[in-house]
Amino acid sequence: MEYIIEMLGITKEFPGIVANDNVTLRVKRGEIHALLGENGAGKSTLMNVLFGLYQPDRGKIKVRGKEVHIAGPREANALGIGMVHQHFMLVENFTVLQNIVLGAETVRGGFLKMDEAREKVLALSERYGLRVDPDALISDISVGMQQRVEILKMLYRDNEILILDEPTAVLTPQEIDELMHIMRGLAAEGKSIIFITHKLNEIKAVADRCTVLRRGKLVGVVDVAGTDKETLSEMMVGRKVDLNIRLTPREPGEPVLKVDKLTVHSRRRGQTKKVVDAVSFTVHRGEIVCIAGIEGNGQTELVYALTGLIAPDGGSIELLGRDVTRKSIRHRNTHGLAHIPEDRHKHGLVLDYSLAENLVLQSYFQPRFQRYGFLRYDNIYAYAETLIQKYDIRSGQGAYTPARSMSGGNQQKAIVAREIDRDPDLLIAVQPTRGLDVGAIEYIHRQLVQQRDAGKAVLLVSLELDEVMNLSDRILVIYEGAIVADLNPKEITIQELGLYMAGSRRQAGVAAGGEVV
Amino acid sequence: MKKRPLNLNFLSSLFAICVGLLFGYVILLISNPAQAGDGFGTILTGAFRDMRSVGRVLYFATPIILTGLSVCFAFKTGLFNIGASGQLIVGAYLAVLVGNKGAALGGAHWVVALLAAIAGGALWALIPGLLKALANVHEVIASIMMNYIGMYLVNYLVVQTVFDQLRNQSLPVAASAVIPRWGLDKIFPRSNVNAGFFIAVLAAVTMYVILYKTKFGFELKAVGYNRDASRYAGINEKRNIVLSMVIAGALAGLGGGLLYLAGTGKHIEVVNHLAPEGFTGIPVALLGLSHPIGILFAGLFIGYLTVGGDYLQLYDFAPEIIDVILAAIIYFSAFALIIRTFIQRRAIRTGGGGAK
Ligand SMILES: Nc1ncnc2c1ncn2[C@@H]1O[C@H](COP(=O)(O)OP(=O)(O)OP(=O)(O)O)[C@@H](O)[C@H]1O
Ligand SMILES: [Mg+2]
Repeated sequence: MEYIIEMLGITKEFPGIVANDNVTLRVKRGEIHALLGENGAGKSTLMNVLFGLYQPDRGKIKVRGKEVHIAGPREANALGIGMVHQHFMLVENFTVLQNIVLGAETVRGGFLKMDEAREKVLALSERYGLRVDPDALISDISVGMQQRVEILKMLYRDNEILILDEPTAVLTPQEIDELMHIMRGLAAEGKSIIFITHKLNEIKAVADRCTVLRRGKLVGVVDVAGTDKETLSEMMVGRKVDLNIRLTPREPGEPVLKVDKLTVHSRRRGQTKKVVDAVSFTVHRGEIVCIAGIEGNGQTELVYALTGLIAPDGGSIELLGRDVTRKSIRHRNTHGLAHIPEDRHKHGLVLDYSLAENLVLQSYFQPRFQRYGFLRYDNIYAYAETLIQKYDIRSGQGAYTPARSMSGGNQQKAIVAREIDRDPDLLIAVQPTRGLDVGAIEYIHRQLVQQRDAGKAVLLVSLELDEVMNLSDRILVIYEGAIVADLNPKEITIQELGLYMAGSRRQAGVAAGGEVV
Repeated sequence: MKKRPLNLNFLSSLFAICVGLLFGYVILLISNPAQAGDGFGTILTGAFRDMRSVGRVLYFATPIILTGLSVCFAFKTGLFNIGASGQLIVGAYLAVLVGNKGAALGGAHWVVALLAAIAGGALWALIPGLLKALANVHEVIASIMMNYIGMYLVNYLVVQTVFDQLRNQSLPVAASAVIPRWGLDKIFPRSNVNAGFFIAVLAAVTMYVILYKTKFGFELKAVGYNRDASRYAGINEKRNIVLSMVIAGALAGLGGGLLYLAGTGKHIEVVNHLAPEGFTGIPVALLGLSHPIGILFAGLFIGYLTVGGDYLQLYDFAPEIIDVILAAIIYFSAFALIIRTFIQRRAIRTGGGGAK
């Protein structure tokens, strides 16, 4: 009875694709077991099988040495299996405590017994250093905190086997460190954790063993301590990956985007704070400018204002020499601007449309895709096919796949493909590689650099410090809505960048509202 | 990709129909066990007794197909048009008004009257559409209010303009305003069917083309599925919301026009009742799987039961029983929708980085 979980020879098919093909996964008690694989390799599917959301077509599952049939999450819970999905499942207008208790309430005489629940939650939170406030509303707490609530939910149900599906994709670097710490604590207590991530650093930092999948098949299981990152990434994508990019020096050309004293007030009721505070900067042809900052310092609102999703409260935006401050979103989109949005499910995709329809979401109105108001579906599907080839977007039924059923990383690739392929003069990319595997990241990075080298302008917003340092010609640090530094990545270290981002350092001469060119 | 959910949907509609019919049979059994078998038989076969009955099916189906299309069209943009009743009656009033006063129009009389009906329905839906787009007032609240405003206003206007005091209803329209029969009276003798049915079919086909083949339909559906993503893609979602409501209203108004210009002795009665055809549109849209062609068949099916149900009186049943059966089917079609969503949730769990 060495293994607490054994998934033996699991096969799961979807229309047009074998998502898991005879996959075996064994997890020991008290270990942190990483699950690694390209986008669409079948990781989420395998975990959904373990959690009872999908029934496998073949194969069996043993828990604590006994063969079991897991019909649904309820059965999974009874076996001590809990799962944190990549997109959280919390009730926004409930408190933390209510969310944790939901579905596992203890009642006496028909009344909820919240006092006991509260004590238990507080004790758990204390024990694992989670520090959550049980009475806070979910809608008021950060994504990192919401994740802890999800973890507490599992602990509250006395789950011993914890599945974390890409938990770090939505976290800031600080939050990731804290999560790793929590995970180690849980493992030390004897909990077993299955951890999905695309970031090899994280696997090296916390995992004991790692199972690698490729295109639905098992590639191998390795001890993390004895394996280096290069080997892991090679096992995963089947070739060597090089994430180091050397930008060829290049003189920036004429300005493409000129932002002058752009100001956005908080949209929250009763607040008059400026979330974007008189921001001014310029992005030229042939350069990648990166906005770096800790999440929640106004990046989102800045991008919304630039792309037209919200109207700014002051200042101006100039695109290719023309004022577009009051122009519509469609106007900007057809006059040189493309936008890879931060939230792919909210803005990036119409999940109920097919992949092809999503790929033309920004261009369906062009003459090649419509004539006299009638869509030219043959052209649309032909175009979709070329993008699918070019950007290696994997899915069950090609262009006809409903976007909803695609793996998270492939959804992201579809958005990136759509936006880059429009060949914009200015590409605003917010977290473009979130949730992508290293092979895909390498590809997207190359594409961004190619845009730059072709004389286009790129404005990159990223929380990933490696990405920021690697990819940009210039780094603008945003802190509390204001640009506090304009840095050359070659002249600073990651540590220094961190100090600027934390607000403990400011560049002289770049006072709020000052012109940064 | 399209096959599987469609089959599932079709099964759920079939399920609703079967359970509804079964329920009806039980009611027949309770009220008169001896005749229940014959009564049930007549519900199913009554519509095919003779050509006249078939014609009546088409006649009954016409307005509810249009209100079904109306509900469906708004639904594609994520709006629940519960105001088809008000739109229908306002459209009907304008049609009757033109039908009474416009005899000078000659051969074009009925066409102009129908156009007036379309305009009336569109106008009545424009208001909730604008409220939704500009002030984010929920369209359900606004259209329910418009239903009542429409009903009372039409009652008032009928009395003021085209009132038949003896019968407490609107005056009959001029012969030139009655929708022509186009030979249908030869095929279906003595029934009330007229060209209106063709107009309903045309409306369904046009709507299918708009929704699934055009740029406009692409935008409407995108707004219905995901407003934020539509905005991001530069689609003017406010404009689409207003347009969607206006077109939905136009369809309901057209239904009203066709109903009251059929030359069947149906008049706008001055009573405080909302027009039931507007509400029947909701189950028709449900049964028809929110698909224009499906709605065509769903409307025909309801017409078929209505006609069959009329013959229940031959077996000493109250004619209201058919309404009970229809109501049961409506309930179960809503119920089937829940089951369908449930099955879909289980079967096709959403993909993504994790299941959503
Ligand atoms: N509900 C579904 N219906 C149809 N196909 C699906 C469904 N869920 C997943 N798939 C397909 O199965 C394959 C594996 O998807 P899965 O979500 O398991 O990938 P993943 O390894 O989690 O990838 P990522 O890193 O991008 O999240 C994908 O090609 C996807 O299109
Ligand atoms: Mg996944």
